[in-house]
Parts: sequence; C-alpha cells; structure tokens
Amino acid sequence: MNFRNIGIVYGKELTEWLRDKRTLISTVLVPLLAFPILMVGMTSLMTVMIGRAEKETAKIMIIGGEDSTQVLEKLRRVKDLEIVPYADDWMKRISEKEIRAAVDVPKGFDSALGQGKELTVKIYFYQGEIKSSFGANHLEKFFDDYRDSVISSRLAARNLPTDIIKPFAVKQENVAPPEKVSGAALGGLLGYMVILLSMTGAIYPAIDLTAGEKERGTMETILSSPLSRVDLVLGKFFLVLSASLSTAILSIISMGTSFYLVGHSGAMAKKDAAAFQLHIGLPAVLSVFLMALPLAVLFAAALLTIALFAKSYKEAQSYLTPMTFIVVIPAVASLLPGFDLNPKLALVPILSTSLVCKEIVAGTFHWNYILLILLSSSVYAAAALFIAVKMFQRESVLFRS
Amino acid sequence: MSKRFQDKKRGEIRAVDNVSFTCQPGEIYSLLGANGAGKTTTLRMLATILEPTDGTAVICGHDVIEEPEKVRANVGFLSTATALYPRLTAQELVEYFGRLNGLDELTLKKRVDDIFNRLDMNGFRDRRCDKLSTGMKQKTSIARTLVHDPPVMIFDEPTTGLDVMTARTIITFISDCRDRGKAIIFSTHIMSEVERLCDHLGIIHDGKLLAHGTVPELRAKYGEHNLEEIIVKVVGPLLNNAEA
Repeated sequence: MNFRNIGIVYGKELTEWLRDKRTLISTVLVPLLAFPILMVGMTSLMTVMIGRAEKETAKIMIIGGEDSTQVLEKLRRVKDLEIVPYADDWMKRISEKEIRAAVDVPKGFDSALGQGKELTVKIYFYQGEIKSSFGANHLEKFFDDYRDSVISSRLAARNLPTDIIKPFAVKQENVAPPEKVSGAALGGLLGYMVILLSMTGAIYPAIDLTAGEKERGTMETILSSPLSRVDLVLGKFFLVLSASLSTAILSIISMGTSFYLVGHSGAMAKKDAAAFQLHIGLPAVLSVFLMALPLAVLFAAALLTIALFAKSYKEAQSYLTPMTFIVVIPAVASLLPGFDLNPKLALVPILSTSLVCKEIVAGTFHWNYILLILLSSSVYAAAALFIAVKMFQRESVLFRS
Repeated sequence: MSKRFQDKKRGEIRAVDNVSFTCQPGEIYSLLGANGAGKTTTLRMLATILEPTDGTAVICGHDVIEEPEKVRANVGFLSTATALYPRLTAQELVEYFGRLNGLDELTLKKRVDDIFNRLDMNGFRDRRCDKLSTGMKQKTSIARTLVHDPPVMIFDEPTTGLDVMTARTIITFISDCRDRGKAIIFSTHIMSEVERLCDHLGIIHDGKLLAHGTVPELRAKYGEHNLEEIIVKVVGPLLNNAEA
C-alpha cells in the first residue's frame, strides 16, 4: 500500500467529481435547496389550504327532521354551514364533493328531546376527504353544543348545579424534557436519514468510478500505469466515501435549516410549529454520524464492488437501484414499535445502527451496545473493502464482456 | 505465453497459444493479424493488464507475473481502449500519470514541457479532454505513455480511426522512439505501416504465432515481395482447412 499513490488517485477523482455537473446537482444543489424549498413550501401551502378549507362555508344537507323545526332553525343559524335542499342522491353528492356532509335528524327529534328519550343523530361524510371531515366536524360541534345546552336547561329546571355531571376533570401533563419529546419523534428519523443518504450519496460516484470508467475506456488506461490495484481501489473508495458523507452532512444541515425555518416562519400555528422546533444537540448529531461511519464505509465498498461487476453505466444502475430497498427496509423497521436493541439485533447491519441512533438522539447512550455495533459494523465494512480489493484483481470482472 | 479464457457457451478459448518472441532496444517488433487473432491479448499480457495462463515474459529484467508494477513502470502502453479522462485537461492528465510513475514535481514539469513542445500540444494543454479532437486526444495519449520516459513502448493499433495527417504524426513518433533506443512492440493490420517501420514482424492467427522474422527473411522464405501475399500464404492454408 502506497499512501502517496492513494492520495494522487483520490485527488484526481475528486477533481473530476467536482467538475461533473451531475455531482453538483445530486450532492450539493438537491440536498441544499430541495429540502428547504419542499419543507417551507409544502408546510406554507398546507397551512394556507387547510386554513381556507376550515373557513369556507360548508354545504350540508339535512335528511328528515321536518317535524323538528326547533333544531332545524338553530342549525340554519350556524354561520359556517349552508343548508341545501334535500335530495335523494345525497350520498352520491357527498362522494362527488357537491356537498360536504349530511345529517340524519331522527323522526320526532324535538318532541323526543322534551320527553327525555334516547336519540342518535347520524352524520354522513367521506372519510379521507379533508373538506368533508371539516363539514362533519362543524355538524358534530353544533350537536355537541346543542346537547350541552339541553343538559344545562334540564339541570336548571330541576335546580341542580351544572358540575353535577362533571364531578372531576382529567388532564394529561408532559414530564419529558423537550429534547426527549423531539428525540422520540425525530430521533429514528435522523438516524434513518443519515443511513439512507450516505447510501444514496455513494451510488452515483460508485458507478461513475467503476462501470463508468469501463464504458469510457479509461479503465485500461489506469491499469497500464504502475499503480497497484490496492492503491487504485483505495483511492476510489475514499472518494466514494467522501461523496457519501458529504451528501449526508449537507442534507442534514439543510434539513435542520428547513425545520428551523418552518418552526420560525410564522406560517404555522404556535402549537404546530413547536413540533418542528428541534431540540437535538450537536453531540447527539455527531454521535449519529460516528455510528453511521462504518456503515458508510460498508456502503462505499459494497457499491464499488457491485458496480465494478457491471459492464456499463446502465447495467450498474439496474444493480444498485434495488440496493436502496435493502437499506430502507431495516432502517424503516427500526422505526416500528417493538424493535428494541438486544445483543442479537446489535449484530444485524443497518438495523442495529438505526436502532442505536434512535436511542442516542433521545439522550440514551447504551455504551455496551454502541461498542458492539461499532465493532460489528466495522468488521462488515472491512470485509466489504477486502472483497472490493479482490474484485479489482480479477480479470474476469475488470474485462467482463 | 499462453492465455486461455473460459466461456460459458464455447468452453475453453485459447486466445493466445504459446506465443514467443523477443524485441531488443532500438527495435520495432510488429504483430500482424486479423481481428480476434490474439494481438491485443498478447500486448495486454506484456503490459501486465492480463496475466498469462501459462508461460511468462520478461521486460527490462522484470517478470510480468512476479513484478507487474515494475514492468508497468518500464512500459508505455497505448491501445484503442486506453481512453482519456474527460473532465481533466490534457496537462492534468499527463501530470497525473507522471505522478503515478513516481516523478517529483520539478522533473515532472520539465518532462511535461518537453513533451508538449515536441508533440506541438501547447495550444490545447489547458483544454479538457472531452473537448479535444481525435488527433489531439491521440497526442495526449502519447504524451501520457511518454511522461515517465519508459524504455519499452507497446502500441495496439495506434492509428485506427485516425485521419491521414494524425496517423502520419504517430508513425513518425514511433520511428522517433526507435531512434531514441526504445524497444517498440506494436500491432496493426495496415501493411504500409509495417513496411515503413518494422524491423521484425510476427504473423499471428488463432492465437498462434505462425511465422516471424525480419521483413527480408519472410520475403525470402515465402517467395513473395508483397506483405499481404505473405500473410495469405501463411494463414490461407489454415483458413481452407477450417472451411473444409
């Protein structure tokens, strides 16, 4: 191994990589600009759209209730509701979004109320359609308020205090500090994003430096130099690793900025904005990167090996695209409830790192697991690098045709 | 040297079968043969890009199997498959290979300036390789093979696809290399190049070296002046047998 030669190869690969417009787009522009634009743009748009939908007068239809003028009169006076005349195809009209919801007022509603009989008011809406839900919510609120007023008047008629039906109140209070709250919600996500991005960031350079070289005819050029194959692989490997880590770092910076902007833009209500206020400290973020480093090494070496096997750029793409799923599945699994670290899971690559990152961001450092995971993923990474070096020494792979 | 490949459909393929020759400093040895005859595989083995299945070759005292890196340090290899890095400039590319050959920065600068002057490349030294014309690319490739001043040069069909003027520059350059005392091995199927340049030639077919010697020796042996006729006489009977 010659460190000077590894450095020369790395320097040359870096120059070429930085001069490639596709690199600039995939590694720098997309992560730096796409996240803030998407996050700020989407949340602002959603806030505006939801706000508008909430304020819009909801068209609703009343089914029955002809004999209950009292409740109908009150319903007509609700300012957010517009009552349209009854039609038999009310269900179709809800589906086609002509009306938001329909309410079935039982026969003899007013008189039944007077007699204290049990009644059920049915509200029909289209689940999953946000405007329909808002219409149904308006109706439900009206009937809840109406029921409360009926209860109050019944109690008053019997000279009973209102609190007789509410002898005590129940309230939930949070004791977790803010970083634990956001840690639980976003912790898994941070580890997941770092793992996924260090994988996706390595794909393009891994292809370009192997199958790309074969396709451009430069592989034979470099193989004819006195450079050893080991130095060649390591020079290329360090570039792929740099690309992988810089994609992950730039994306995390960009995501952090986006969350900050959304939380402070005033586009959201304070209550919602609080969910975007990240309380993840720098030590936790650095620890996540440290844990993900052996994985990034594993990805860089594995992707180089697989891409080297391909004859062309396109073939390499078809091999590496499914690899994303192999990474996504264990990373997503770690976000599911019920997956907790144990000695066996600590040996499963990707899943173990994702699980431990979730814990770290939530402020819990299981040192025994952290060491075990670092050790096991370093062993996998070293094995992948060893295979990459071996593959670069095989003529059948280098000159596969 | 021999080289065998395993093919799933065709079984074992003998791409090069017991080929043996020598080339001295200040000499040009030319390998002649049709496409698929085994020329490129032979040259790749000499450049240590491929390893021989049997036998070996010794270049400047170094064995191609035992010391491939030392062999490569003594060889300049140019083939139709040795392309240039598109996003490096001509100068950066030549410097890259100079550094990989262990040249210090001072020697490298002198060497690069000298080569760029000799090959009249100063007009495009800062232009990216993907913006160069075919002729400029070929000159840059030559500069790349020359930067470490190797005693042995291997050229695999160096003029294929080039216009007349560029091809002429390359031929003059190869001849110039011989005059500087380098040992040159090159493959071609252009007879005029062979007649103009080579001291020794070998006719290769189906991986086997069927005839070799100096041009006058081969002319005397086969009773033909024209090289093409000599090749027909050497290879023809084998082709007729294969057809029969």
